[in-house]
Amino acid sequence: MAILNETARLEPRSTATAAARREAAPYMNPYLAGVGLGLVLLAAFVVMGRGLGASGAFSSLVAWLVSAVAPAHAQANEFYADYLGSGVGHPLKDWLVFEVLGVLVGGFLSGLLAGRVQRGVEKGPRISTRGRLTLAFTGGALMGIGAKLARGCTSGQALSGGAVLSAGSWAFMLMVFAGGYATAWFLRRQWQ
Amino acid sequence: MSAPFFKFGAFGDEASLVVAFAIGIGFGFFLERAGFGSARKLTDQFYLKDLAVLKVMFTAIVTAMLGIFYLSWMGFMDLSLVYFGSTYLVPQIVGGLILGVGFVVGGYCPGTSVVALATGKLDALVFLAGVTVGIFGFGEAWPAIAGFVNSTDLGPLTLPQAFGLRYGLVVFLVVVAALGAFKGAEAVERRMARREGAV
Repeated sequence: MAILNETARLEPRSTATAAARREAAPYMNPYLAGVGLGLVLLAAFVVMGRGLGASGAFSSLVAWLVSAVAPAHAQANEFYADYLGSGVGHPLKDWLVFEVLGVLVGGFLSGLLAGRVQRGVEKGPRISTRGRLTLAFTGGALMGIGAKLARGCTSGQALSGGAVLSAGSWAFMLMVFAGGYATAWFLRRQWQ
Repeated sequence: MSAPFFKFGAFGDEASLVVAFAIGIGFGFFLERAGFGSARKLTDQFYLKDLAVLKVMFTAIVTAMLGIFYLSWMGFMDLSLVYFGSTYLVPQIVGGLILGVGFVVGGYCPGTSVVALATGKLDALVFLAGVTVGIFGFGEAWPAIAGFVNSTDLGPLTLPQAFGLRYGLVVFLVVVAALGAFKGAEAVERRMARREGAV
């Protein structure tokens, strides 16, 4: 049922551009994709005793870049020092960094199999590419700040913390939806 | 008891990085399958046209939650050895709000932007540059904001503890809430599709 709905919804958009580009396969049924994602998350808990993450890998990257440019400055800062560890191993030899490299490969494989790998900028019809990229950068910066304040993003807090019933993770998750809905009207020209 | 395997010494730190890479592949694969490499698909959630974000996230949480609950009830997994982050209530509420705003402004969250980048989206690359700069700003501001970030520390608090309910009951309530949310989401999508058709 839901698969049929999905296909029907995508039909007008894809037929309109069929001449311009290769037909992409429809997305997976969301409940099925959710079960798949949930089993991957469960595997992380069973095998590693930890959940998934994303923003943490970029914290390691930032801490490493800062320490490469200004080692003393990075070591004196508790936030960077936390990601630099004891200094024995390389800061990028980190669990989340390797996991995110896997995400890059897994995402590419799935996109390739479905004919969805295509260079471009995704946006609604009513905004310029430059406008979209400016907002992408701004949103990314907000996301970086928010994820560090909350000690995790949609992966580490909402998904992983949500599954182990962490109170803070559920509070966080509700606020993500609240923040998104509160902003949607102002940004409608970018997307709709 | 034999799980979590890593905590029982089944393999070492070096091998855990291989595991990380393999788990990441699965994570990225299903994010892309769900359509989460597309900013418009993701943000459709906030315009009520396509509630796939809610459906996929809630289904994934319920699947993993039931798996964890069942495996620890069977005595196969020691839940006390699973990493559990502390609750810092106010910073997490403020951080969640900022993240939600950033989601609609930028179009992705960190994990989904990696998948979008993998499938060729240039806006995802710019978004990730923004994430990196945002984290750098946070790091530079750390001495001034550390007090706030570490405030309202409630420790490793579970929902069952917070509400004084049994673990199994909360698991059941989350499943019921998810089923209700799915039913509501389908109704909202049907309604929005009708409205689109009428215009």
